[in-house]
Amino acid sequence: MPETMLDGHRIHVDAEGFLTDPAEWDEELADVLAAQIGLTLTDAHWKALHFLRADFAQQGETATLRRVSTLGAIPVKELFALFPGKPAKKMAYVAGLPKPHGCV
Amino acid sequence: MTVHDTTTDREAPAIVPQFDAVDEAAPGRKLAIICSKGNLDMAYPGLILANAALGEGVETHLFFTFWGFDIITKKTMGDLKFTMLGNTATHMPQGLGGLPGMTAMATSRMRRSIADIDVPTVPEFLEQIVASGGHLWACRMSADMNHLTTDDLYDDVEAIISASDFIEKTAGAQLLFI
Repeated sequence: MPETMLDGHRIHVDAEGFLTDPAEWDEELADVLAAQIGLTLTDAHWKALHFLRADFAQQGETATLRRVSTLGAIPVKELFALFPGKPAKKMAYVAGLPKPHGCV
Repeated sequence: MTVHDTTTDREAPAIVPQFDAVDEAAPGRKLAIICSKGNLDMAYPGLILANAALGEGVETHLFFTFWGFDIITKKTMGDLKFTMLGNTATHMPQGLGGLPGMTAMATSRMRRSIADIDVPTVPEFLEQIVASGGHLWACRMSADMNHLTTDDLYDDVEAIISASDFIEKTAGAQLLFI
């Protein structure tokens, strides 16, 4: 599990770059991670990220897109607009969490 | 846009996931799913795969034909059934499936298992697929056979089109027949 430095943050990541220790994440790092994949975080992004972090803390696994939309109350369409292309993976990456494993 | 890290000689460079990289093996990847069956258990595979493809940024088109038409017909879409008849995967004696009430029981049991793992009902699933940018198409021949028009279909079905129109729309797509 590689240890890397990202903009002054020492983090452990998997082969794809996802954080392997959610505790190494903070909001400042989220901005850096977002910039790595071409995103600038707005309040709308933060709403999704805060839900993901809180839900992960409770469930121990990353919420799927559907879970973010139904429990996090953010419409699927909006998630696609905020995190274009691959919203579930992009959200997880910026939130410092593993990729979601659920099918739906 | 990439922000460069402050890597020193001793530290590994940052690893950045390539979410938006074009897959050279399949640039502009497209998926066409033909849903030809209207049983509850046969509706879900197409919906789940469509949803997964959309979540990976793949352009996805679903074509509902023959019994698959039930999935997008307002009158039937919320009431698809699962029968044990002719299905050895239930690992129950085949004769049982023919007893009165067995289809209703098997259907409600399956619905519950699906809901338990937080998978949406068929109409909700279609809603999610459309919200994710998926395209729903209805088969012209199936509409004619059943005397149905767009008014009878789920509102987000884009149009009733012929099989050849669907093939034209999905040029270059990977195709899945269910």
